[in-house]
Amino acid sequence: MDSLTTVLIFLPVGGALLLWIVPFPRFWVGSLALLLSLVEVGVWITAVGEFDFGRAGLQLEQQQSWSSDLDFSYHVGLYGFSLWLVGLTVVVMAASIGYAFWAGRDRPRAYYGLMLLLTGAVVAVFSAQDLLLFYVAFEAMLIPLYVLVGVWGGAGRLGATVKFVIYTMAGSLLMLAAVIAYGLSQGTFDLIEAGTSSSEWIFLGFVVAFCVKAPLFPFHGWLPDAYREASPEVAGVLSGVVSKAAAYGFLRIAIAKFPEPAEDFQVPILVLAAAGLVYGSLVAFRAPDVRGVVAYSSLAQMGLITIGLFAFNDAGFDGAVLQMVNHGLISAALFLLAGGIERRAGTGDFARLGGMARGRPVLATMLMTTGIIALAVPGSSAFAGEFLILAGIYREGWVWAVIGAGAIVLAAMYVLRMISAVLHEREGSSVTEEALDLRPAELGVLAPLVACLLVLSAWPAGITDHSFPEEGAARTVAVELGSAASGGWTSYAPVAEP
Amino acid sequence: VIDTPSVNWFALSPELILLGAASVALLGGAFLPAAWRRVFAAAVCALGFVAALVASALLFAESEDARNAVADAVRRDQLVAFAKMVVAGSGLLAVGVSYNRRESTERVGEYYGLLAAAGGGMAFFVSAHNLMTLFLGLEWFSICLYILCAIEIDRAGSLEAGLKYLIVGSFGSAVLLFGSALVYGATGQLGFEEIAGATDLFALSGDALLVAGLAMVIAGLGFKASAAPFHMWTPDVYEGAPTPVTAFMSAATKAAALVVTLRLLVTAFPDEDELWTVAVAVIACVSLAVGNFAALVQRDVKRMLAYSSISHAGFMLIAVAADNELGARALLFYLVPYAAMSIGAFAVVAARERELGEAVDLDRMSGFGWERPFLGVAMFAFMLGFAGFPLTGGFFGKFYVFAAAYDAGWAWLMIVGVAATLVSLYYYLAVIRAMFMRPSAELQFLPAGGAPPPERMLSAAVLGALVVTVGSFFLVQPIIDLARDGAATLPF
Repeated sequence: MDSLTTVLIFLPVGGALLLWIVPFPRFWVGSLALLLSLVEVGVWITAVGEFDFGRAGLQLEQQQSWSSDLDFSYHVGLYGFSLWLVGLTVVVMAASIGYAFWAGRDRPRAYYGLMLLLTGAVVAVFSAQDLLLFYVAFEAMLIPLYVLVGVWGGAGRLGATVKFVIYTMAGSLLMLAAVIAYGLSQGTFDLIEAGTSSSEWIFLGFVVAFCVKAPLFPFHGWLPDAYREASPEVAGVLSGVVSKAAAYGFLRIAIAKFPEPAEDFQVPILVLAAAGLVYGSLVAFRAPDVRGVVAYSSLAQMGLITIGLFAFNDAGFDGAVLQMVNHGLISAALFLLAGGIERRAGTGDFARLGGMARGRPVLATMLMTTGIIALAVPGSSAFAGEFLILAGIYREGWVWAVIGAGAIVLAAMYVLRMISAVLHEREGSSVTEEALDLRPAELGVLAPLVACLLVLSAWPAGITDHSFPEEGAARTVAVELGSAASGGWTSYAPVAEP
Repeated sequence: VIDTPSVNWFALSPELILLGAASVALLGGAFLPAAWRRVFAAAVCALGFVAALVASALLFAESEDARNAVADAVRRDQLVAFAKMVVAGSGLLAVGVSYNRRESTERVGEYYGLLAAAGGGMAFFVSAHNLMTLFLGLEWFSICLYILCAIEIDRAGSLEAGLKYLIVGSFGSAVLLFGSALVYGATGQLGFEEIAGATDLFALSGDALLVAGLAMVIAGLGFKASAAPFHMWTPDVYEGAPTPVTAFMSAATKAAALVVTLRLLVTAFPDEDELWTVAVAVIACVSLAVGNFAALVQRDVKRMLAYSSISHAGFMLIAVAADNELGARALLFYLVPYAAMSIGAFAVVAARERELGEAVDLDRMSGFGWERPFLGVAMFAFMLGFAGFPLTGGFFGKFYVFAAAYDAGWAWLMIVGVAATLVSLYYYLAVIRAMFMRPSAELQFLPAGGAPPPERMLSAAVLGALVVTVGSFFLVQPIIDLARDGAATLPF
């Protein structure tokens, strides 16, 4: 069933075209989109069943020539870690579409078509094995996001989209230059065939694009506006799923294909990531509203994930992959909860919120559970992920681990502040009797996300032991992803013998 | 006694077909009853372009060996055939855009006759293989376009556009002619290959007369391609001319001028390539800067698209400046989605103009995307294509152009292109923003009256442009194969 990857990409894209072309009635459009997104989850589960986690190398692979001139192709396939990121994508997208269906969106054909198109584009990013296809998918994500924020966003949506697009494209276009330079110097754009490069300029082209998309400090100028103005489910997708495309890019391209520049720039990138981690946590602690907390915690978490990746060892890579999935689920759940709170109170301002736990047990339980996992309480999946990241980076220098550990304390502070400001304290001015508890439909959307988090908390090895084959993460990244890379970080990273 | 050269009529068939169509359309406009004129003239013109397209395609298939068709004056090879296909395709789409013109009852025979004749002139122009035919071709299509620009004579803007184009265009032609004379004076030759031969034989490389001639020829062609700093006429003419004419000009004239520039520079001046690559690169950079920054502040959509077309001339000149086969391929590939997007975008503007009965600025586009979803989505695709987003052929156009620049060792030129693309995003997205993200109620613009006209022909043209724009993304291989064959005839 090698075509499963292609099905994962084109099922939602086909669904999007269907919704745009056939004038279904309003109710049908939403149900059909939700159904398709659930089928997509089913296809992904089938793919997990087909996947041989013990085997090294690309699986569920398909290749079809696109143009022999300059040699690029439609080449897709999955590794263990990309399988989990695809899983994150399809689950979060299904939840978001479900939420939107429940909340109701104007112009449903356009809206759900774009959501499905976005699903296909993100899955394509995680499964592309051709650099040009990767770039195409990376850019293609931006088109639906731009419209989703610009049309269905809040009052300040126009400014937010301009900022978002200009920032992202500034990075992406430098990446295009890097893609061209890399592809022409390698003679192919195929990520499996192409070897490593030691060019710092090309490396930086990629890194800037991923830094903006993640975002990493100080490339996060677009973040607060976009996350505040987008509708909650789109903000959830943006911070939960789309930001992971950048982390994936670091791993798949910047680290694997550029071992020497990656090592040379390790310290500057770690500095940016650590700065983002601390800065994001501090701003999240001072943020005046629910979305502000989630948005800046997202900045902090992306910093932490980047720290894990640039530890260049097994623990770091494993922890980063686990944390990508964790943060994706947490962030999506928190944004959906933020949406629920805003619907009820008409505002996300802490000043006008408070006391929502009383008489609203389901809302309180969901927010508490997600929040407790987000602050990495021992025993949670986020704790496992952050622990592995810190264990990994400790080997590169204890300073980074100390910064990371400090930021985890900050995480506890901002999450608890948010929980108490929303659920406890005195009843806020905007919290009235009409503000009901979570409806069953909302619970139906949120429960699967929280359930995934609880399962991962019980069994984090489900991801950490199934992301890279037995040879270990660092070795896999160097040998499989980097086409037998040598030099740079690969030469000193603790690589387990097979 | 001058020997009559053998004439390869097949090589000239697209021009002859279009001339024939022009005559028939003109006669029909004069002799048929008023009610039939529009249908007849448009149908004849469209059929002419279809036949020219088919003839060009056949010519492409049958011209694997490059040869001269009429002495050394006219070339028959796959590069010529490729360019003729682009011109004929653009013409066909332009007919669709023109069909529902408000002024379509008056001067309708003349309009379609001139459109077909201009297409014929461009087809002749791209097959030029000596400086004389080059100038003749240029004048042939330019004169047709001067009149077309001014054809809505009772509208001041149209008249102004025609006059401006006439004056500035004639100046450009004069510069080109003078340059040709200087080149002839230096080398004693008119044929492209003969000029290169003479330069080589008499060691004329760097000769002041030749270099001055070369510079003037580049400037003359730059006027037609509307590359900065020879672009002054473009915004006014594009804004004032009837929108379907603008659509045709922006696609076909630019394509023809750039293909001829490429051929002329590569075949006739290979020894001067140190000079002209730098000159073209500078013109490209200036065009990118002027086009993009000026477009940022435009409110009128046609004017904005005019500046955008200047910046696209810059992108395509990067491919010319690369002076390698990849660059030639890149230029030819770029022309296909660019021509489609350009005609499509102007077509959508034309639809809005007809609906509102006035010039279209960004505010007047608000809500358009939701009111007329097909045209809105098409415009969305054209804007993304102009900006080089994937899922449109515009992406691969830019990709190939940048790859050519990098391949030529001009990474800085690639970076300039990248920066220009970033700037361009702002104004392309402004159109999308207006169409989809701002409700029309906010600005209180009402259509001129009743439901918008169906405009099936215009929609068909937009559909065609959309298919080419998106199709050239997914089907890169066949188009790049054609471009490769076309580029292979040039001596790199």
